[in-house]
Amino acid sequence: MAKIHVTTTINGSETEFLCEPNQTLLDVLRDTLGLTGSKEGCGSGDCGACSVTVNGRLVCSCLVLAPEAEGQKIETIEGMADGEKLHPLQKKFVELAALQCGICTPGFLVASKALLERNPNPTETEVRYWLAGNLCRCTGYDKIINAVMEVAADMRGASNA
Amino acid sequence: MPDGGSQSTSKYKWIGTRPDRPDGADKVTGRARFGADFNLPGQLIGKVLRSPHPHAIIKSIDTSKAEALPGVKAVVTANDFPEQPNMIVPTGEMQVNLRDITRNIMAREKALYEGHPVAAVAAVSEQVARQALRLIKVDYKVLPHVIDVAEAMKPGAPVLHDTMITEGVNPPPTKASNIAKRIEFNKGDTKAGFAEAEVVIEENFTTQAVHQGYIEPHAALASAAEDGQVEVWSTTQGHFQVRGFCAKLLNLDTSQIRVTPTEIGGGFGGKTVVYLEPLAIRLSQKSGKPVKMTMTREEVFRASGPAPGGNVKVKIGAKKDGRIVAAECIVEMQAGAFPGSPVGPACMCSYACYDIDNMHIVGFDVVSNRPKVAAYRAPGAPISAWAVESAMDMLAQKLGMDPIDLRLKNAAKKGTKTAYGVTFNTIGMVETLEAVKNSAHYKTPPKPGYARGVAAGFWFNVGADSSAAAHVGEDGSVTVISGNPDIGGSRASLALMAAEELGVDYDKVRPVIADTASIGFNFVTGGSRVTFATGLAVVNSVRDMIRELKVRAAKIWNVDPEAVIWENGMAKPAGSNVGEFEPLTLAQLAAQAGRTGGPINGHAQLNVTGAGPGFGVHVCDLAVDHDTGCVTIGRYTAAQDVGTAIHPSYVEGQLQGGAVQGIGWALNEEYIYNAKGKLDNPGFLDYRMPVASDLPMIETILIEVPNPTHPYGVRGVGEVPIVPPTAAVGNAIARATGVRMTDLPMSPPRLSEALDAAAPRMAAD
Repeated sequence: MAKIHVTTTINGSETEFLCEPNQTLLDVLRDTLGLTGSKEGCGSGDCGACSVTVNGRLVCSCLVLAPEAEGQKIETIEGMADGEKLHPLQKKFVELAALQCGICTPGFLVASKALLERNPNPTETEVRYWLAGNLCRCTGYDKIINAVMEVAADMRGASNA
Repeated sequence: MPDGGSQSTSKYKWIGTRPDRPDGADKVTGRARFGADFNLPGQLIGKVLRSPHPHAIIKSIDTSKAEALPGVKAVVTANDFPEQPNMIVPTGEMQVNLRDITRNIMAREKALYEGHPVAAVAAVSEQVARQALRLIKVDYKVLPHVIDVAEAMKPGAPVLHDTMITEGVNPPPTKASNIAKRIEFNKGDTKAGFAEAEVVIEENFTTQAVHQGYIEPHAALASAAEDGQVEVWSTTQGHFQVRGFCAKLLNLDTSQIRVTPTEIGGGFGGKTVVYLEPLAIRLSQKSGKPVKMTMTREEVFRASGPAPGGNVKVKIGAKKDGRIVAAECIVEMQAGAFPGSPVGPACMCSYACYDIDNMHIVGFDVVSNRPKVAAYRAPGAPISAWAVESAMDMLAQKLGMDPIDLRLKNAAKKGTKTAYGVTFNTIGMVETLEAVKNSAHYKTPPKPGYARGVAAGFWFNVGADSSAAAHVGEDGSVTVISGNPDIGGSRASLALMAAEELGVDYDKVRPVIADTASIGFNFVTGGSRVTFATGLAVVNSVRDMIRELKVRAAKIWNVDPEAVIWENGMAKPAGSNVGEFEPLTLAQLAAQAGRTGGPINGHAQLNVTGAGPGFGVHVCDLAVDHDTGCVTIGRYTAAQDVGTAIHPSYVEGQLQGGAVQGIGWALNEEYIYNAKGKLDNPGFLDYRMPVASDLPMIETILIEVPNPTHPYGVRGVGEVPIVPPTAAVGNAIARATGVRMTDLPMSPPRLSEALDAAAPRMAAD
């Protein structure tokens, strides 16, 4: 079977790759492009460890076929920090110990960023429901929720200033 | 930013503060490399063919067509692994038999559970590897299977191992059965104790198998060279155990295998044994190329080691004032396909929270056609605690006593002798109960519509073997090297202890986790031992380095080493009689190291004993939807005797994470087998673990009762938090509905059925 040629934008850079028609975006990110920050926890869209955004929409990259990336704008965990500067969510996750083993962390960060872009003032319940598609087995979610709420407040403060 | 250091009440500068973890930036940017993130040039992909049958004789395996498929470079079956002796070796908190482990990684005579490996292939791509699996022809003779423990114990049940004679029974049985072992613990005279009792509670409880649920599936990469040297990268809680097992299973010297632990995406006990590593090595040996293997989530569920389910019979006798005079507990526990369930710790932990004169505890280790169980956070303890702590609540209800007061009346304390013979040193059970009693949560009544449950839990905690080294760099900064994978922030806790000991800033200490060839032996990351035991090794290695630093300062000053003290990160004269010398900093001593004896390092190796046991008390407020059986947790507090909280955020995290795993165990999680002996829910959709929207904040109360055997009072904290939750939830449900649930999980279908069954009776009352 001939491979498919895909041209897409990943973390702001135009990127080309060849893939099988049945390959997932996650497999291409990890195995072809070396972007191993997105993790495979289940391969069935249940754990959220492979969360990325496609044109700003939060998706499980294990449920997206790689050819579907054609012409889209993909954002992954690798694009979250600005050069040497961590994104406020990344900084806060470390500061508040919102990770233990860290395997789910890239997915939570990508999902949390997508939330705050839509809703800069979420309630605790809204944060909990938005992140319900991301499994964390270590933290009991407590410190993750706190981190997202604090960053939301900080970012609102910064934008009001 | 560290927010500690300014705490005027603390005698420590660094311990008890909350600095950023050393691996923080790596783990929030995707840079940290976990098991599946490692690749080697020219690597092949390995896949496993698994038995579709829960119990079958393997008559023959024909791999010829698979071997002939272009792109297939190696195929292995049990024939590629040498037979092993009948010999027990430790793994984490549990033990395995080498004869069994070689059969678990690759089935020999029989397939003993659905998912049991029967062959493995290495090929140029995953696609080709999968195609090759379909070309392997296995001729099975399917046998009757048994899944349930009670069924497996019955005479006439299908027998898994026809040479297995129950141990611990006198005289030994003459026929093979599925009961691997019977164990018994006794204290005092239980019969006399029950004769004295004024109130007796007797009930049977069950739990189902559950999975640790680590988000990262097992992964291993192996590269075997033609001279017999092997390199392995593995996501594991114990790379020294991976090395040791692989050496045994493949007849290699341990020194021939170098295992590098990757970052580990959760384990909770489930990554203390080997599955893929020996297969990847053997495939690499046969193909001459590196071989990478990862499990799918379905494989993780079907064929890694879940925690067992069990049946527990409890009988507690008490006086009317609440004093317990006798207690019994009989535990029948799933071991999976091979002997070795955590029934021992389940028995030992059952009444360890309490000071009881008369106890009789019996356990049975039972095999059935399920995957071999592995450790899961306080292995065994949650199963007996579910029963005992539920029965304690029934006793409190019967006596009309507050559940905390009942536990305080019977609480274990220093000098209490346990059923298993150990007498407790300084422990914090009473302090923990009192802290809960005085907590804002407990003093506030549950919200309208909510009811409250309380339960306690115990775990021994573990010490064991640890090695560590400390190196001073040329500029005076410090590297601390240990050999335990960091599963939840242990780099931070080790660096904090090293900084405290050395009197330098936390940022000047870099903790590194070394591979098996670069540091001495370390037992697994498990049993809540790393911050305690490896922490002690780190402290001792730093002390060894300080001893050397003092020798170097003495040389520079031309005085006796005894005349030098180490204070605030500097060498100073011990007194004015030594002479007038400006203190020497680490950087100054490092700069002169070449002239004073060369590099400055410290080393430590020890077998650590004296792990202080931990006690936890949890309080759960919940509401039950009577129509659906759905439970909403409104408020939850986990209190625990944590010794000294080295990095309090990660200690809180252990309590919160353990509590939530326990809540999942209580409400939803279970292995569901169908009539054909196949697992029906091998995925996160149907094996439902708690998600963020299921939960409230988990409040924590850290009670610091320092462990007298550790220089900083450390106790393990990771295991205890999973012990109390199931009963805390069940006790709250009993108080919310008047219905006592005895079977886990208390999922909506089960709970609504129990409520429906009780409704006519309650209406009649």
